[in-house]
Amino acid sequence: MRRIRLGGAAVAACLALLLAACGGDDALQGGTQPNEQSSVTVGSTNFSEQLILAEMYAAVLKKAGVNVDTRLNLGAREVVFPALEKGEIDLLPEYNGSALSFLNPDATQTTADEVNTALTPLLDGKGLVALEPSPAEDKDGFAVTKETADKYGLAKISDLKGKAGQLVIGGPPELKTRPSGIPGLKKVYGIEDFKEFKALDAGGPLTTSALNKGDIDVGRVFTTQGAIAEHGWVLLEEDKPLEPAQNIVPIGRKDAMTDQVTQALNALAPKITTEELTKLNKLVEVDKQDPEKVANDWLTQQGLL
Amino acid sequence: MTDAPAPVLAAELIRWSWVGDHLDDIRGYLFQHVQLTVLAVLFGLLLAFPLALVAVRWPRTYSPVLGFTGVLFTIPSLALFILLIPFTGLSVRTSLIGLTIYTLLILVRNIVEGLRGVDPDVREAAQAMGYTPARQLLQVELPLALPVIMAGIRIATVTTIGLVTVTALIGQGGLGRLFIDGFTLNFTTPIVVGIVLSALLAFAADLALVGLQRQLTPWARSRGS
Amino acid sequence: MTVVNEVIAWLTDPAQWSGPDGIPVRTLQHLWYSLLATVIAGAIALPIGVFIGHTGRGAVFAINLTNLGRAIPSLGIIILVFTLVGFGIVPVLVALIALAVPPIVTNSYIGVRSVDRDVRDAAEGMGMRGRQVLWEVELPVATPLIMAGIRTSAVQVVATATLAAFVGLGGLGRYLIDGLSQRDLAQVVGGAILVAVLSLLTELVLGRVQTLVVPEGLAERGADAAVRAKVEKAA
Repeated sequence: MRRIRLGGAAVAACLALLLAACGGDDALQGGTQPNEQSSVTVGSTNFSEQLILAEMYAAVLKKAGVNVDTRLNLGAREVVFPALEKGEIDLLPEYNGSALSFLNPDATQTTADEVNTALTPLLDGKGLVALEPSPAEDKDGFAVTKETADKYGLAKISDLKGKAGQLVIGGPPELKTRPSGIPGLKKVYGIEDFKEFKALDAGGPLTTSALNKGDIDVGRVFTTQGAIAEHGWVLLEEDKPLEPAQNIVPIGRKDAMTDQVTQALNALAPKITTEELTKLNKLVEVDKQDPEKVANDWLTQQGLL
Repeated sequence: MTDAPAPVLAAELIRWSWVGDHLDDIRGYLFQHVQLTVLAVLFGLLLAFPLALVAVRWPRTYSPVLGFTGVLFTIPSLALFILLIPFTGLSVRTSLIGLTIYTLLILVRNIVEGLRGVDPDVREAAQAMGYTPARQLLQVELPLALPVIMAGIRIATVTTIGLVTVTALIGQGGLGRLFIDGFTLNFTTPIVVGIVLSALLAFAADLALVGLQRQLTPWARSRGS
Repeated sequence: MTVVNEVIAWLTDPAQWSGPDGIPVRTLQHLWYSLLATVIAGAIALPIGVFIGHTGRGAVFAINLTNLGRAIPSLGIIILVFTLVGFGIVPVLVALIALAVPPIVTNSYIGVRSVDRDVRDAAEGMGMRGRQVLWEVELPVATPLIMAGIRTSAVQVVATATLAAFVGLGGLGRYLIDGLSQRDLAQVVGGAILVAVLSLLTELVLGRVQTLVVPEGLAERGADAAVRAKVEKAA
């Protein structure tokens, strides 16, 4: 009977698809297998700077003859770092200060040496290792629009004292609780409570839009963001030590960081300066160029490709 | 590098040059989207049938099953995906499990409704003719329930196509990746492309399923609207 | 399971129930976005659905709108509108309205359309003309279905209003986003439970309203069957 044949065909098709699905799990993921020695999977969060750095890592590793897979744009750090710990990715472009406060939310170290020293055992415990940090730093900062700066006379962070009560501050949700955030402003600078705190994102489109539209007066930004120059914001000078050092540093799984990999990345490290990074960010964030192209062009210019 | 003022990109909805440069990526996302949807609906069907059969065979389980699945459905999809991550990792598996759960909910309802909607007279006639329960199910009840079941499959498929985009927030996403790209770059082109393609995909899937339904139920074609 | 304990602790912590980040405030924000979106959607969708039902033009569109509306990627719309207009309530409203319109259109259409031929004939026989038939016969009879459409939309909107938090606003979605950000699983679970409960309550409350609004003598079950038949035949 026609219907039985049709039914049989349907069942067969389903089984075939199922088998393909089980075996093809890798195909769906883009060919990544956790923990294979022969290839390194480079991951990144959603932000353009991360994408640029990850593409750089991928390119220099490929040049050094390493098999590379990229899994970029994976989401927020909360989602991506555990993937590194689990072995779903092998390498991440990170920031020593942020990595430290991610692993230890109560951390208060600020200088690069202190941060690196505190970070090492924490990473070690997870089978991870930090390679050579770069001179480039993308620090956490606070920005206001030019109008706000003029109106309240703001040039450095300590200028906020006495005026915070009239200002709305915005940033990632953890700004409210982290030592380097609002509690730190209180403790180190003696700044009183702000008028309101709005939980937005970490230097992302929400904070940018809210700052430009006046829904917040002070925003948490990252110092290499293209948006600062693009919108003419005033980055408040950090006149007291609060924010930890934030050197770019590759963090990877120990078993994936072979000599080959380490050498290639350590050769790259010193070339990444804050100035260069800011320039590259602008190309991607403001001019909407492709991170891969921007990274490769720059590496070629630097003679690394 | 150029010092020219940054073009006002938000006002320009689609930059076709970007689309041209990224055709490969877009194709990849589309493919991933289709794969996730097809697999979720298939797995959903496989799991829904036994559940539905249980609910039909033992009618007292119907209300609890319906209630339970109804409640699960109100759980925000993002929450479900986030909750699965610690267990199944940042992988396709997490997305698939979440998506399958949602299709399952829709399909169970429809399969049960479809089977229950079969005229009791027809069932009695089949029994009188000596059909075994299995034959009765396969050759009488299921074909008659097909329109309602297919309606459920259509709904599940189209809903899943929408849900897949949410998985972009946990690193998958198919076409949803275009939304995230556009969001972080403050660039409307990928977003518009993503929306248009998901809508087209849903439309195409719906049409295909309608076509499939017509093939499988030729006797229903003569009934006008 | 300790996660369960943490969630219970989070939900019962009195600190959660007071202040600008507290559950009551967030719930009110959530309901506000939902209410606003549903009302505006109704204002747009009801006239359209009723018109199509009354005149019969554009029927195919109305019937299939709900199913296709399900494919609208709300996340995509909210992100698009945000990128165009920036921070504020508009992106959320547009996305939620887009979500709410289809079921109301479809259900209104079917409701008005499925008024029995006989009833309409009788009305016309009594001398009623087009608009009178609409207001005094079709709409009252269509009420159960229209209400069902509004109910479906409202529940979907409440469940999806979690997106507001994605673009920096309030509502119960904040617990999902903040919980993810602060790696506080209890908060995520707690938030999810609250949203689920709110959706269910919406369904129940509107169901009650529906029974109150339906004119006597109209059984909803009949209307449901009419919807199903309509949808199947359209296939």
